[in-house]
Amino acid sequence: MSTQIKPLPFDAENVINFSSNRREPEWFKNIRVKAFGLAQQLPLPKPEKTRIEDWNFTNFNYEFNGTPVTSPEELPDDVRKLIGEDEKGSVLIHQNGAAVFRNLSQSLREKGVIFTDLSTAVQKYGDLLQKYYFKTSQIDKHKLTALHAAMVNGGTFLYVPKNVQVELPVQSVSIQDAPSSGLVTHTIVVAEQGSSVTYVETYLSQSSVGEGVANVISEVYVGENARVKFGVVDHLTEGVVGYVNRQANVARDGSLQWALGQMNDGNTVSENMTTLEGDGSSVDIKAVSIGSGSQRQNFDNHIRHVGKATNSRLLVRGVQKDAANSIFNAVTKIEHGASKADGEQTQRVLMLSEKARGDANPILLIDEYDVIAGHAASVGRVDPAQLYYLMSRGIRKEAAEKLIVEGFLKPVVDLLPIEGVKKQLAGLIERKTR
Amino acid sequence: MAVPELKIEDLHVSVEEKPIVKGFNLDIKGGEIHALMGPNGTGKSTVASAIMGHPKYEVTRGRATLDGKNLLEMEVDERARAGLFLAMQYPSEVSGVTNADFLRTAINGRRGEGNEIPLMKFIKTLDKKMNLLEMDQSFAERYVNEGFSGGEKKRNEILQLMMLEPKFAILDEIDSGLDIDALKWVAKGVNTMRSDNFGCLMITHYQRLLNYIKPDRVHVMMNGRIVTSGGPELALRLEKEGYDGLKKDLGIKDETVEA
Ligand SMILES: Nc1ncnc2c1ncn2[C@@H]1O[C@H](COP(=O)(O)OP(=O)(O)OP(=O)(O)O)[C@@H](O)[C@H]1O
Ligand SMILES: [Mg+2]
Repeated sequence: MSTQIKPLPFDAENVINFSSNRREPEWFKNIRVKAFGLAQQLPLPKPEKTRIEDWNFTNFNYEFNGTPVTSPEELPDDVRKLIGEDEKGSVLIHQNGAAVFRNLSQSLREKGVIFTDLSTAVQKYGDLLQKYYFKTSQIDKHKLTALHAAMVNGGTFLYVPKNVQVELPVQSVSIQDAPSSGLVTHTIVVAEQGSSVTYVETYLSQSSVGEGVANVISEVYVGENARVKFGVVDHLTEGVVGYVNRQANVARDGSLQWALGQMNDGNTVSENMTTLEGDGSSVDIKAVSIGSGSQRQNFDNHIRHVGKATNSRLLVRGVQKDAANSIFNAVTKIEHGASKADGEQTQRVLMLSEKARGDANPILLIDEYDVIAGHAASVGRVDPAQLYYLMSRGIRKEAAEKLIVEGFLKPVVDLLPIEGVKKQLAGLIERKTR
Repeated sequence: MAVPELKIEDLHVSVEEKPIVKGFNLDIKGGEIHALMGPNGTGKSTVASAIMGHPKYEVTRGRATLDGKNLLEMEVDERARAGLFLAMQYPSEVSGVTNADFLRTAINGRRGEGNEIPLMKFIKTLDKKMNLLEMDQSFAERYVNEGFSGGEKKRNEILQLMMLEPKFAILDEIDSGLDIDALKWVAKGVNTMRSDNFGCLMITHYQRLLNYIKPDRVHVMMNGRIVTSGGPELALRLEKEGYDGLKKDLGIKDETVEA
């Protein structure tokens, strides 16, 4: 069986010009050009049980100018609410990929923390960036990763040096509002040995985008004995097709926590992948999502145990309403040599409508004897006993259902470290379940 | 204001086509406390569930009214808002929903839009009632019944009763699983509710609860109906003799709902 490969709407010259306009160094331009070649040949990813051949991942505008703002007061209301009152927090705000506002606290700067947009990082911290760019994710994974490397037009670089503890959460907000835009953003978070940091990223698209694309890759590197908490709220509008790839590598005794609020309104392919490389490393993943309308989504959560005595916990909760259709895949892979590894995954899908479809596929791949691995997966409806109980206290059926659904998705809301983002996710859940 | 009245006449209830309750009659007025006793499996909880409107329980005959309004035509939540409350034998757990949010939603559901309870007032009332039930403040922020011990769940039912202030409450084995102190706190809670605007049906197996909450009437259920009623002395007699003496008097050999 051969699949027809549609030609890309850009050519190599476009890519070279784009790179030149951004005054990028040779190495970065070369990656773009090489990746563009791959993007022309490689096939789309093949998410289990979701047909994506006719989704628009490739047709978009990619070159924009942001309007820089000098103070948070000039930001739109919903963005200002996200970053809250705390002036001391470190914030980076992007509009259609261009950085428009940045605040890095003096004390973090003095400690050598780098927190900047990707294009600045490419120019100013090229040598450092090069060590991490596409090192946990791969350019040649498939067409969309290659396309990403060719067309990347935004992103964030957060670098925390050895033994530096970043107390306050570091936050990045990305707004996409240009018509037919493609947001191709690449984020790199590096926590060197013994450091710790909490990072929260929010992706918001506005209805002005219409039919658009988001191709988001975030790479996380957790060094030896480092601790990273990575929080996410994705909220792309209905017309935006999303490819979201978040990948991490954890070194010896490092720990990573993912809290993913996946609230897109459009079709989405999400790949979340963590490799527990070092002995004693661990990851805790909690992901919630709501499918609504006629939205189709595919969530792939992948954990690879390489080091000994590595520990993983995965909790996925999805709500499906209207005629939404989502597939939830979870793979826990324990490699040969990863003795004493302990991996457990749970996926629960709550169906709110007869027309919705949801499918949870748990997969354990185990290549080592002395390990613990477990999985649980279920697709069910609202528990009638719970509903009866709440209604018996005078709560109307719709309100009772809403309480149950909000409760079901609470685990991720509780983990988000920034009040504004927590409220935003709670608000999105409330809106999407209405 | 007229005294509230809960009236159940000739109630027949089936579960999955199987008749369980067969001709249950009871009339409770505001200010009265009744006890419903009877051997296991004779249909006590089924009566309670059917009156509250549990979807599994089908009323095949009879009437149930609250202040003349037909309860059987109402949805579960409407019955609650009409003034009915059921403290359940096995309360559900609702993960991710705090007790406080749950109670506030329930109270506001009754009060209606635009007439929500002010937050400070809610917190103060909740504090007061939790103190009376000797419940730790942390229970307000814990998820509804999740990880609660058996006794804590029962106390949580009474907390809801006190916060919602219904006209009628059915307490299904509220004393089961309670230690001696907790039984006293729960009884204290129920006794604070006593007024002409509140009637109560307590389903129980033990006389001990009735020492703390004195009933006006005691009913005994067998074969899916009330077979005898009396004053508090009836419960004392059952405590001493068990059900055998009563069964002999009434000529009942098999008290289960199958008979
Ligand atoms: N949901 C149900 N499904 C099947 N059978 C049921 C259900 N509810 C009640 N029954 C049956 O109906 C009969 C009466 O049950 P019920 O719970 O009303 O008894 P009870 O008097 O409350 O007993 P106990 O004192 O043990 O609580 C029992 O035989 C029980 O098995
Ligand atoms: Mg019972």
